[in-house]
Amino acid sequence: MTTASQTASQTASAAVSVQNPDLVLTPSATAGPYLAIGLTWDNGHGVVPVGTPGGFWIRGIVFDGLDEPVADALVETWQADPNGRFDHPDDPRGAQEYPDLTGFGRSQTVNGGEFSFYTLKPGRVPDGEGGLQAPHIDVSVFARGLLNRLVTRIYFEDEAEANAEDVVLNSVPEERRRTLLARRTEDGYRFDLNLQGDPETVFFSL
Amino acid sequence: MTGTTSGSRLHLPRYRREDPSLRTPVGYPDYKSTGLRAPLRTPVDLPQRLTEVTGPLLGEDRVTALDADLTKRNGGEAMGQRIIVHGRVLDSDGRPVPHTLVEMWQANAHGRYRHVVDNWPAPLDPHFDGLGRVMTGDQGRYEFLTIKPGAYPWRNHHNAWRPAHIHFSLFGRAFTQRLITQMYFPDDPLFFQDPIFNAIPEGARTAAISRFDYDRTVDHWALAFEFDFVLRGRDQTPFETDDDGDVA
Repeated sequence: MTTASQTASQTASAAVSVQNPDLVLTPSATAGPYLAIGLTWDNGHGVVPVGTPGGFWIRGIVFDGLDEPVADALVETWQADPNGRFDHPDDPRGAQEYPDLTGFGRSQTVNGGEFSFYTLKPGRVPDGEGGLQAPHIDVSVFARGLLNRLVTRIYFEDEAEANAEDVVLNSVPEERRRTLLARRTEDGYRFDLNLQGDPETVFFSL
Repeated sequence: MTGTTSGSRLHLPRYRREDPSLRTPVGYPDYKSTGLRAPLRTPVDLPQRLTEVTGPLLGEDRVTALDADLTKRNGGEAMGQRIIVHGRVLDSDGRPVPHTLVEMWQANAHGRYRHVVDNWPAPLDPHFDGLGRVMTGDQGRYEFLTIKPGAYPWRNHHNAWRPAHIHFSLFGRAFTQRLITQMYFPDDPLFFQDPIFNAIPEGARTAAISRFDYDRTVDHWALAFEFDFVLRGRDQTPFETDDDGDVA
């Protein structure tokens, strides 16, 4: 039996697809050398306010194919809270416990090519295949010379057990996995990005 | 481990993959800066999971009422041709993306950016900083009042000129939808020699060009251009995972 309201909603969604057959996506373009004009945020590096208990820094340098620091890149991050939840309507579990955590960070590599974020370690997130992913942070990289964004993930070297079970890490050739591991430092972790060369960071297609 | 989930099932959307024949490549040989920056290895496929189908829904607190009008800065009027740039943020099904942050930056009327790296001999404008921000409305609409940016030379090849363009940055509602792009103006005679424009696959180039919109011009005030942003849409059938993360 199809109810009247189901029929109505089916008609409505059919109307949407008929009216708008798969529109051509707006093509990506490089952010160019002047991205600092439009994309500079005060405290953009604070995924939580700097000084939040339990927080730490993730710092890194973006290197080009000659191992020179890239001093005009923008690095952005997106992550779950320490309970593995996202502050987003498509995560129906909700993110209630960390109101100061935006989950999002934005940092430019203007100081000698270094970017930095102050954050909390994300929890484990369901992987959709019956398991849990290891703590990870999704990363976007934009820069002059990149016509489309680069996507990668930060994992943590001190989560060996969780990392061994992670479906995404396990989909990466073993010898390249270390390019996704942030290393412990005095005030947090270090995660460098190598755009080319050996070892080139693993980048993902979404 | 149960601390990460509640008892409810997760109904996760899935975003349609980009058509590779219409996707701007990361590197393009004619654009010289890609040579040492575009990765050389094939990217690894990342099936979308919770981290990729969620994303930052923010920006309201980073936007002020003045950010939609770039023509009045430092107590004066910017030089140049006043234009309205307006349109919608949509997904590829034509559904509006409401309440999402749109950031933009551009050169001034003389083709000069307010940036330490830009030092070609064209004047800066004390009343133009080239930065705009708005949130889209309920129907995904946005609007800026600005001035038409000028073309400018760059060092990519001999006598290289960038066609006039405005940079835009969009979040959509998911990490998967994040986009940084450049909007061009109709019939620009500089397209033929611009590698950043020509890196876009031919079938998608018109989607980077705004439309002159006479209906939205304002008599004795401003010309108008319309530009819709189209972000990746959702598959019709979402996938479900139960509280252990199993696909239903």
